[in-house]
Amino acid sequence: MSRFMRQLLPFGSLILIICFLSAYEPDTFLTLNNFMNVLRRSSVNGIIALGMTSVIISAGIDLSVGSMLALSGMTGAYAMIAIGGMVPQEGALVFGTLVGIVAGLVCGLLNGVLITKLKLPPFIVTLGTMSAFRGISYVMNAGQPYNVPSYKYLGSGVVMGIPVSVVIFAVIVAIASFLLRYTRFGRYTYAIGSNREAAFHAGVNVDRNLIYIYTLTGLFVGIAAMIATSRTVSAQPTAGIALELDIIASVVIGGASLAGGRGSITGTIIGTLLISFLRNGCTLLGISTNVQLIVIGAIIIAAVAVDQLARAKAEAGQTG
Amino acid sequence: MTQASRKNKSLHSSITLQMTGISKRFGTVQALSDVSFTVRSGTVHALVGENGAGKSTLMKILSGVYKQDTGSIEIHGRPCTFDKPEQALTAGVSMIYQELDLAEHLTVAENVFLGNEPAGPLPFTVDYKAMVSKTVELAKRLNFEIDPKAAVENLSIGDCQIVEILKALIRNASIIVMDEPTSTLSESGAERLFEVVRHLRDQGISIIYISHRLEEIIGLADEVTVLRDGRVVHSELVTKLDIAQIISYMVGRELKEFFPARDVKIGEVCVKVEHLSSDGRINDISFDIRSGEIVGMAGLVGAGRTDVAGAIFGVQKKTSGTITIDNELRNITSPTDAIANNIAFLTEDRKRTGLCLQLPCTWNITLPNLAAIGMKNIIRPTRENKIAEDMAERIGIKWLGPQAPVDSLSGGNQQKILIARWLLANSKFMIFDEPTRGIDVGAKKEVYTLLNQLAEQGKAILFISSELPELFGIADRILVMRRGRLVGNLKTSETTQEQVMHLAAVEAN
Repeated sequence: MSRFMRQLLPFGSLILIICFLSAYEPDTFLTLNNFMNVLRRSSVNGIIALGMTSVIISAGIDLSVGSMLALSGMTGAYAMIAIGGMVPQEGALVFGTLVGIVAGLVCGLLNGVLITKLKLPPFIVTLGTMSAFRGISYVMNAGQPYNVPSYKYLGSGVVMGIPVSVVIFAVIVAIASFLLRYTRFGRYTYAIGSNREAAFHAGVNVDRNLIYIYTLTGLFVGIAAMIATSRTVSAQPTAGIALELDIIASVVIGGASLAGGRGSITGTIIGTLLISFLRNGCTLLGISTNVQLIVIGAIIIAAVAVDQLARAKAEAGQTG
Repeated sequence: MTQASRKNKSLHSSITLQMTGISKRFGTVQALSDVSFTVRSGTVHALVGENGAGKSTLMKILSGVYKQDTGSIEIHGRPCTFDKPEQALTAGVSMIYQELDLAEHLTVAENVFLGNEPAGPLPFTVDYKAMVSKTVELAKRLNFEIDPKAAVENLSIGDCQIVEILKALIRNASIIVMDEPTSTLSESGAERLFEVVRHLRDQGISIIYISHRLEEIIGLADEVTVLRDGRVVHSELVTKLDIAQIISYMVGRELKEFFPARDVKIGEVCVKVEHLSSDGRINDISFDIRSGEIVGMAGLVGAGRTDVAGAIFGVQKKTSGTITIDNELRNITSPTDAIANNIAFLTEDRKRTGLCLQLPCTWNITLPNLAAIGMKNIIRPTRENKIAEDMAERIGIKWLGPQAPVDSLSGGNQQKILIARWLLANSKFMIFDEPTRGIDVGAKKEVYTLLNQLAEQGKAILFISSELPELFGIADRILVMRRGRLVGNLKTSETTQEQVMHLAAVEAN
């Protein structure tokens, strides 16, 4: 089955949902404002999902992204406050932003190093760091958020009519696509996920590439964390609880295989938007968030089941 | 037991297994033709032959994995047809494969009774005590001590084989097939196994014993049947044969494959391997290969041939030894280093260590070569596909297109993808480990032609193979491995298949 066919189903579902909502709620749904709103909300999850895509293609998993989001945001905001009196306000905000992003990168690097040097499964390592990062976020300010009231630009700024966060998302989409499709890093990521032993025998430095993958994910989470912090003008230690599940869901709905070797940026974007529009639509239709959970759960299972079925059919067609 | 009594026993005991006129064809390959095979009760019957002679096919028919095209099987005089392995098990045939088939985390007793657990006092329970005591009792009958409560993962390979035998006994096996049981055992482990096999025989069980180690067969078996090219060439009492005779029956397979001629231009010494050892698996291996030379490597399964390649290529750790290419000492600790130092390694298991099956053909071909084709930093897919297509055309790969996933190709074409990969790498020293395994005759011939071309270009080639005819057809020189040591380094023109087989299969005194 071609890559195009594989993405047809989630893409079709996305279009279907948009058409359905446009028909039922034309006044509230089918407005530029609402679309921008959905995109803005998607950007944080989307940026993280882009990192998660490379992790999942390499047959790994990163459960710590939600906690990493909180820790990066807290670190960035703390830096802004700590340096606040000493430099002009804007300088402090830029500095804090960079510190937050670097914090994410360091968290990712730590995951990568633990996975490769201790030879532990990514599931275990990131389960551990998920707890540890969350704990540090709570300890930092005794469970209280850091408020940064002037930190607005990333969350609600607009460039030529487009929200800044959406612009950042678009830029990172371009970067991630390029990395996966046009660099050795991306090629090796697919190879490791498809057959790690074969990649090793073909001279791929598996450990180094895995460290790159988790570090890249950490970097993306750091960027997402600063956007999230800016949106609420505060860094919450409770940010991103259970976020990893949403992220993994987006990637898997987009056609990536948890067994590795399969996945794409396009698929992940579609998966992210699908979940966002679904949430948005449910809200507009007055369906409670509790019921939304049920709907999203069903969609995840249905998407993967249909994909498996289609692939089994394609394989049977090939041999039979 | 004395030789004389062994002979008598073989002649007078009743027939347990009678396979008559068995033929089996796979596609264009006639794996077995009109094979008849008789095993008497309470005897050890050795089945020997080179790789591809048909031993495994015959045993797979006996154990119900394959169904014969023609011919019949009788066990204790009763005709049997096996459509699946369970039926063969019920009829009393147990197979013990080289790769043992045990549940690692369970105990010895649990493994022995797996699927046959005695019921406990309450419904849905098992009588663990009975399992333990019965296991001890069975082991005692074989004069063997084993802790029934030990977890199988903590046992030696030898003990695991005994567990397999006990498992067979619980299922009332009257025929036990053992496939190369000693290839992974130490000498003392092998001795203990022979002891157990003799006890089994004395209790009236028939053992079909497949081995390449001929002195084992002389010491253990009552009868021997030799297969060659899917036919029985000889079947006799062991006492009437010696090792040289057995070897002469085994080798001399018809050279079905045509070996293309080569313009041999052997140059200077290119590769020098000195005192290579790795973790007790290979010991003090030294050889050299000249440019333009194809050096074959022969040896039985488990002799350490792949370990030599792995230690050179940085797949496994060297404990000692050096590798010199073009008079320059190379420090290689990983495949990445090896490739950078102009070495290529086509591994024997293309599915496990060769290909990324779901990924496109092009990606598989260029995987180790991205830097070499000028795509170290940025990949240009159009140019990359073109490179792969040129390579495919050069060696005749049949595919749906350069972006088709490798698993949509036939076995022979998958192998060619790997060959294309290493051709593209254009390495000076190329190691081919069983490059013709599992591909059809036509594809084999193409591989031979390629090896010749590479040699003509001045490459140094190490060609590992279990097929003596192809080693003799292609190699200029043959290295022989036995139990982790290099025991022969012979010019092909000055040796015979008998001599190589003798070195590989017979322990030196």
